[in-house]
Amino acid sequence: MELTGAQALMRSLEMSGVEVMFGLPGGAILPVYDPVLDSPIRHVLVRHEQGAGHMAQGYAHVTGKPGVAMVTSGPAATNIVTPLCDAFMDSIPMVVVTGQVAMSAIGSDAFQECDTTGITMAVTKHNYLVTEAADIPRIVAEAFHIATTGRPGPVLIDLPKDVSNEMMTWYWPDSVELPGYRPRSGVDPAAIAEAAELIRTAQRPVIYAGGGLLKARAAEALRELAEMCDIHVVTTLMARGVFPDRHRLCLGMPGMHGNYSAVTAMQQADLLINLGARFDDRVTGNPAHFAPGAKVIHVDIDPAEHGKVRVPEVAIAGDARLAVEALIAALRPAGGGDATDAMADRSAWKSTISGWQEQYPLQYDQPSSGHPLKPQYVVEQLRDHTPDDTIVVAGVGQHQMWASQFWKFDYPYTWVNSGGLGTMGFAVPAAIGAKVGQPDRTVWAVDGDGCFQMTAQELISASAENIPVKIAILNNAYLGMVRQWQELFYAERYSEVYLSADHPDYVGWAEAMGCTGIRVESAEEVVPAITKANSINDRPVVIDFRVDTEEKVYPMVPAGGSNDDIILGPEGDADAALKGSAPS
Amino acid sequence: MSSPQSNGAGAGSPQEPDLHIFAAIVENKFGVLARIAGLFSRRGFNIFSLAVAPTDDPEYSRITIVVDVHNTDVTQIAKQLDKLINVIHISELHPSDSMERELMLARVGAVDLAAVVDVISEYGGEVLDHTDDEAIVSVSAHPDRLDRCERQLRPFGLHVLQRTGRIALRALDADEPAVGITS
Repeated sequence: MELTGAQALMRSLEMSGVEVMFGLPGGAILPVYDPVLDSPIRHVLVRHEQGAGHMAQGYAHVTGKPGVAMVTSGPAATNIVTPLCDAFMDSIPMVVVTGQVAMSAIGSDAFQECDTTGITMAVTKHNYLVTEAADIPRIVAEAFHIATTGRPGPVLIDLPKDVSNEMMTWYWPDSVELPGYRPRSGVDPAAIAEAAELIRTAQRPVIYAGGGLLKARAAEALRELAEMCDIHVVTTLMARGVFPDRHRLCLGMPGMHGNYSAVTAMQQADLLINLGARFDDRVTGNPAHFAPGAKVIHVDIDPAEHGKVRVPEVAIAGDARLAVEALIAALRPAGGGDATDAMADRSAWKSTISGWQEQYPLQYDQPSSGHPLKPQYVVEQLRDHTPDDTIVVAGVGQHQMWASQFWKFDYPYTWVNSGGLGTMGFAVPAAIGAKVGQPDRTVWAVDGDGCFQMTAQELISASAENIPVKIAILNNAYLGMVRQWQELFYAERYSEVYLSADHPDYVGWAEAMGCTGIRVESAEEVVPAITKANSINDRPVVIDFRVDTEEKVYPMVPAGGSNDDIILGPEGDADAALKGSAPS
Repeated sequence: MSSPQSNGAGAGSPQEPDLHIFAAIVENKFGVLARIAGLFSRRGFNIFSLAVAPTDDPEYSRITIVVDVHNTDVTQIAKQLDKLINVIHISELHPSDSMERELMLARVGAVDLAAVVDVISEYGGEVLDHTDDEAIVSVSAHPDRLDRCERQLRPFGLHVLQRTGRIALRALDADEPAVGITS
């Protein structure tokens, strides 16, 4: 069968199991958009290419399947660099196809030419410039294999226009041959045995659960391990939901804005069982002062993470689910019975932890007058008035932290956010992608006013495509997290952080984009607005929650500081400037 | 990308580089060198020298990278390189277990050609071209010896100096290195 390169590309995407793609056409990718009309793949037309990338990410987050985006050359390719980098940082499987000028024009500074493979080399797991149509099926098969195996990540395929138009004889490769790519699968039994021994003898162990567990579909195995060994679990920002927040062993989120019990349990642990996390600076604070008395077991499918920040006592390179299952097998008593009988006595540690949990819960104070409306109150009401399996999507900033802190995640794959790159504007398009991936689930974006203004135009895409996402803007009229740092670390000198609560008119803007817009100004209006939003399923809904401008995210470990210096609330503000170095 | 800086000179100086040699077999494909160079720059690794050419199998190239590992974990460099899809194999070569060579071409003052010849013949070098007052010499030697040769040529006037960066193979009786990763 003779096909054009463009037809071969679409057919290759179909063969790779793609059901949905997000994109926006243009000159160099025009040949491929013709067979899009004949393909069973659903194409969601975006309004800006960055939106296509974040939608693909949101889709990948909630389905576990690779997200696919397709855009044209030049500015479209540069617009999708941010999602590529975001996916690279958070290990999200994604395949992005970009158009490119004809091979003969490459290097001539042609119209809408840019060196896409050169630009994206640093933000992709791998990328390709296709030079012959005959290579397309092989490259697409390789791209999906690379994106979805090992440590997942984004792969870009740059397709010149003349290659799209070139004829090729169709084939589909039975397998991929990549001699330089052999991701780890199994785990080393000797390392498992060593790790099991550390777990048996540890007196103050903590499981440090990371996003790798979600990638490895390891939530059940994690729960079995934690319960069998009776060990507390912290869930990083990327791992929220991998272990139920309401579980007696769950300590919640650690890190810069983690809760006291999670931060301090890690800090005072004698054993950290790191399952698929990467000792990110937002978790460790100053690594020289992080968990100084802890031995470390580090499970990561990417061996380069071992020793990158913290040298582990036991490094286990491999799939997190296989590693956790192997640990379970190694720790389960041969004749049945309680595994903890063979472990050190941890009763003192457990009572210390429960003491912290009682003494230092997350807190805020919603005045009974209803004013000012506290953002944490909004998150709690949203949590309590939506289905338990609601998918929550956040942007980046204060609202993201409040959402992570105050939601109670009961299920894996219900939390979508930009962790590593911290991409403002992530929430709206990622929520749309998540809703496309899980159309039967309720999807709420918790967004900030600053974030919303960056990518809100994708709500037009959502209206046009009947993707009824719901957006809760925690509108504090500021770039709130930056404001918080200026308040604490720059002597309340507020530089370029005021946005205004009224401009834009969020309700009017939402309506203009085909959404329902609702404004909420006091606490008593919160639940009725949420209830109304939940009842609307034929269009997106945007609620403009006018929240307290002054509210800050606590606890807080000043950037570069030690986790021992955690600040619990406003009364600790005076210390903040002393304890923190210049924030970064 | 060879640095003219001499790694044999200034022993004991705090700025003395800590050089390690990596040998990589890579797919001989478009952009592979850019991937490696980009990886080094974005991870903050310092390339001291880099030599690349196809192997006997034209599908693959062998790259010898000399890295200054000051403030860098050597195993991180190897592991990050190994993550590149086009890198087939990466291993570290310890200087004591390796045969190293580097080639130098130089235009030197040669009013006294015999004296120049005296210097370079000690290193097995040869004169490729000469006029009344200048010569082009070629010397291939262990990089440390090349450093010495360079210093000895300097008094004649080193007009142009081009060194290739070192290439290296594991010595025949050497053990496999501690940092050796097959993809």
